Amino acid sequence: MAADSYEDIAVGKGDPIPALEVKPQDLYHAKSFWTRWIFCQDAKVIGIQYSLTAIAIGLVALVLSWLMRLQLAFPELVPFLGAAEYYQFVTMHGMIMVIYLLTALFLGGFGNFLIPLMVGARDMVFPYVNMVSFWVYFLAVLVLAASFFVPGGPTGAGWTLYPPQAITSGTPGGDGLGIILMLVSLSIFVVGFTMGGLNYVITILQARTRGMTLMRMPLTIWGIFTATVLALFAFPALIVSCIMMTLDNLLGTSFFMPAIVEFGEQSEYSGGSPILFQHLFWFFGHPEVYIVALPAFGIVSDLISIHARKNIFGYRMMVWAIVIIGALSFIVWAHHMYVAGMNPWFGFFFATTTLIIAVPTALKVYNWVITLWKGNIQLTIPMLFALGFIVTFVNGGITGLFLGNVIVDVPLSDTYFVVAHFHMVMGIAPVLVVFGAIYHWFPLITGRFLHEGMGKFHFWVTFLGSYAIYFPMHYLGFVGVPRRYYEMYDSEFMAVSTNYLNQFITVMAIIVGFAQLLFLFNIIVSSKFGKLSGKNPWKACSLEWRTPEVPPGHGNFGKELPVVYRWAYDFSVPGAKEDYIPQDVGPSEVPEAKAEQT
Amino acid sequence: MLVAFILFLVIVGSIVFHFWTPWWWTEVASNWGNIDDTIILTFWVTGAVFVAVCLFMSYCVWRFRYKEDRRADYEPESPRLEWFLTILTTIGVCALLAPGLIVWNKYVTVPEDAVDIEVMGQQWYWNYRLPGPDGKLGLTDLRNITEDNPFGMNLDDPNGLDDILIEADDLHILLGQSVKVNLRSIDVLHDFYVPQFRAKMDMVPGTVTYYWFTPTRTGDFEILCMEYCGTGHYAMKGRVLVDNEEDYKEWLSEQINFEEYMASLNKTELIQLALNNKETD
Repeated sequence: MAADSYEDIAVGKGDPIPALEVKPQDLYHAKSFWTRWIFCQDAKVIGIQYSLTAIAIGLVALVLSWLMRLQLAFPELVPFLGAAEYYQFVTMHGMIMVIYLLTALFLGGFGNFLIPLMVGARDMVFPYVNMVSFWVYFLAVLVLAASFFVPGGPTGAGWTLYPPQAITSGTPGGDGLGIILMLVSLSIFVVGFTMGGLNYVITILQARTRGMTLMRMPLTIWGIFTATVLALFAFPALIVSCIMMTLDNLLGTSFFMPAIVEFGEQSEYSGGSPILFQHLFWFFGHPEVYIVALPAFGIVSDLISIHARKNIFGYRMMVWAIVIIGALSFIVWAHHMYVAGMNPWFGFFFATTTLIIAVPTALKVYNWVITLWKGNIQLTIPMLFALGFIVTFVNGGITGLFLGNVIVDVPLSDTYFVVAHFHMVMGIAPVLVVFGAIYHWFPLITGRFLHEGMGKFHFWVTFLGSYAIYFPMHYLGFVGVPRRYYEMYDSEFMAVSTNYLNQFITVMAIIVGFAQLLFLFNIIVSSKFGKLSGKNPWKACSLEWRTPEVPPGHGNFGKELPVVYRWAYDFSVPGAKEDYIPQDVGPSEVPEAKAEQT
Repeated sequence: MLVAFILFLVIVGSIVFHFWTPWWWTEVASNWGNIDDTIILTFWVTGAVFVAVCLFMSYCVWRFRYKEDRRADYEPESPRLEWFLTILTTIGVCALLAPGLIVWNKYVTVPEDAVDIEVMGQQWYWNYRLPGPDGKLGLTDLRNITEDNPFGMNLDDPNGLDDILIEADDLHILLGQSVKVNLRSIDVLHDFYVPQFRAKMDMVPGTVTYYWFTPTRTGDFEILCMEYCGTGHYAMKGRVLVDNEEDYKEWLSEQINFEEYMASLNKTELIQLALNNKETD
C-alpha cells in the first residue's frame, strides 16, 4: 500500500483556507490486469462494473416485459407462454427492475462513480470492502438468473412475494427451488449492499475535501446520501423477512404461515400471520421507492441547474425536502396495505402521513420549474431528459394522491391504475434521470460525447412512447381492469375497446424497448468514436469536472486535493466574466463577481 | 420552439384524452357513489396542479431558451415564495384528505341493520354462506374442513345448523338490504371484488376480514379475484345477482342449510351435538 502517498498542501491564494479535516488517504495501487479491472478497488471502475451488470440484467427484465405485453394483447403470437410462465415473468420483471437494476444503478453505479469525485476525495474510505460489495452483488445477480434454469423455473409469486402463495404449490416455483433462490439472492444482495452503503455514507461524512461543508454539497450527493441511509435502515426488514420465509418453507416454522387447507390437504402450519410479512415487506418496500427516487431527485436538480445556467432555486429547501421525505418514508408503508385486511383504523394514520409527504415532494417540483424561470436554458440531451422527468414525475406523483388517500384506493387498488402509477413514478421517471445522467457524465467517463442525433431520437421515443403507454393505462384502472391477470377482456363490464387500448400499449412498449437498443449502440460506438469533449464540456461547477485528467485518473485529483470555496451552483453570477464559477475557485480569483453564494 | 411546443401538446393531449376517453368506470350499483365523488375531486385538484406546473415549464422552455448574449437571473432563494407554495400545497392536500377520511370512516363503520354473510375463497373459486333465519353465522374452524364438511363448520354450534351453504359460483343478494360481507380464505390471499360495488378487501387465511355495502340496483354482476392467488388467479370469477324481493325469496327457497346438507349425506349423527345444544338453548 501507499507507494507514493499524496500530500494535501493548501496553496495560498490570498483566500482564507478552511482547516484540514481529513487526513490524506493511502490508496491501493493496482499492478496487474486483474486488480486493475476485475477485482478493482477504484470506485470509478466499481461504479462502471455495477452499472454494466445492472444494465445487463435489466435487459433481461425488458425482454420479459415484451413477452408479458404480447401475451396480454396478442396471445396468439406467444403460444408457448402459459399462465405459469406469465406469472414468473411478471415476478422477475418487477424484482429485477426495482432491486437489481434501479437500486444497484443509482447507488452502486452513480454512487460509486460520483461520490468521491464530487466531494473531493481520492476514493471511497474502504476501497477493499467496496470491491467485495460489487462481487457480492454480482453473485446475487447470478443466483437470481440461475432460478430461470432450475426445475419448475423461477418464482411466480409476484414481486411482493406474499405468503402463503409464495411457498404453496398453486404458485409457479412455490414448492420448488424458484422461491428459495429468490430469497437467497435477495439476502445476498442485502449483504453486498450493506458493505457498499456503509462506504458511501462514511465517505460522504468523513472524506470530504477542505471547504466542502454539507451545505455546499451538490444535490446529487444529498440524494445518494439520504437514499443510502434509508437503504441501510430498510434492507434489514427485507433480509429478516427473507430468512423467516425461508425457514417457513424449509423447516416448517410458522412465522408467516397460518393453518391452511391446500387443495383439500390440511397443512402442518399453524398460527403464523401473512400480514406480518406484508408489514415487514413494505417497511422495506416503501423506503425502497425513495431509495430509487431520491438519487433521481438529486441528479435531476443538478442537470436542470447546469443546463439552464442558473443556480438551483431554494437549495436549502431542496436539501431539507430530501431529508424530510426520507424520514417520512418510514411511516407511510401501510398505504400499500389499505385493503390487505389489516385493522381498518390504521387507514386514518397512514393516509394522513402519506399525503403529508406530498408537500415536500411538491416543493421540489416547484423548485425545479422555478429554476427554469429566467434561466438561459440549453436544450441539451440531459436537459431534455430532465424536462421529460418533470412531466412524468408530476403525472406519476399526483396519481399517488389518489392511491394514498385511503378511500380512493379502495376501488383502484390491484387495478391497472396502480401499475400505471408506479411505472410512471418509480419506473419511467427515475429511468429518464438515469438516461439524462448518462448523457451528462459520459464525457467524464470516456472523454467523448454520446452521439447527439441518436440521443435526441432516443429521448423523444422514450419519453413520448412511455407517456403513451402509461397515461392511458390509468383509465384501464378506472374501468376496473385487474392487474396480474394472465388473460382478460372477456368480462362484460369492460368495453371491447379496452382490448384495442391494450394492443396500442403493447405496440408502444415494443417500440420504446427497441429505442433502448439504439441507446446501447450509441454507448458502444460513441465510447470509441464519439466527438471528443475536452474538459468540463457543460461548464459545470462541481468538483468531478475539475480533475487534472479527463477521464479522471487513479486518485482522482492531482497532487493536491481541491479546496472548496463555494456551493456547486454559482451560475450566472452578476459581474463575473464567465457564466459559472467552479467550487474550487476562490473569491480572490473572481474579484469582479458580486453576490456569490459561499 | 419545437421542444416547448411538444411539451405543450403533451399536456393538451392529456386533457383532451381525459375528457374524451371512452374508458371510464362502470355505473355504480351500491351506496359507494361517494367514493366516485372523492375520485372526481382528486382529479380536479391534482389535475389543476399537473396542468399548471407543466404549462409553466413549457412556457419557461420557450421564453428562456438559450441565447449566447444573455445571462440567467441570479436568485438563490425566496423565502416568501417558498412559504406561499408550502401553504398552498398544504391546503390542497387537506382538501383531498378531509373528505377522503370522512368517507373512509363510513366505509369501516358497519350499520346496525346490515345482514352478515360470508364469502369463502379458495384456489380458485368462491363459496358463500348465509346466516339462515336466526341471523347468525355458525362458528367455523379451518381444521374441521373435510370432504363432508367443506366449510369447516363447528359441529357443536347450534347457530350453524340453519346456515345456508352455497357451493356455486352465484351469490344472490337482496336489493336495498345492507350486507356485511365477512371474508374468509382457506388457503392463500384472495380479494372479493365486484367493480360496480366499488368496495374491496383482501381475504387472509387465519383471520376474517369484512366490508359492507348496500346494493342499489338489480342486476347480474361479475366477481373478480383482485389479489394474486396463484396460477389460476385470472380465472377465479363468479357472479353476484342483486334480486328484488320476489326473485330473492324464490332463489333462497331452493338452497339447503347445513342440517339438510348433512342429512343428504346421511351424516346427521355428526351434528347430533349441535342438535342437542339447540334444544337445551
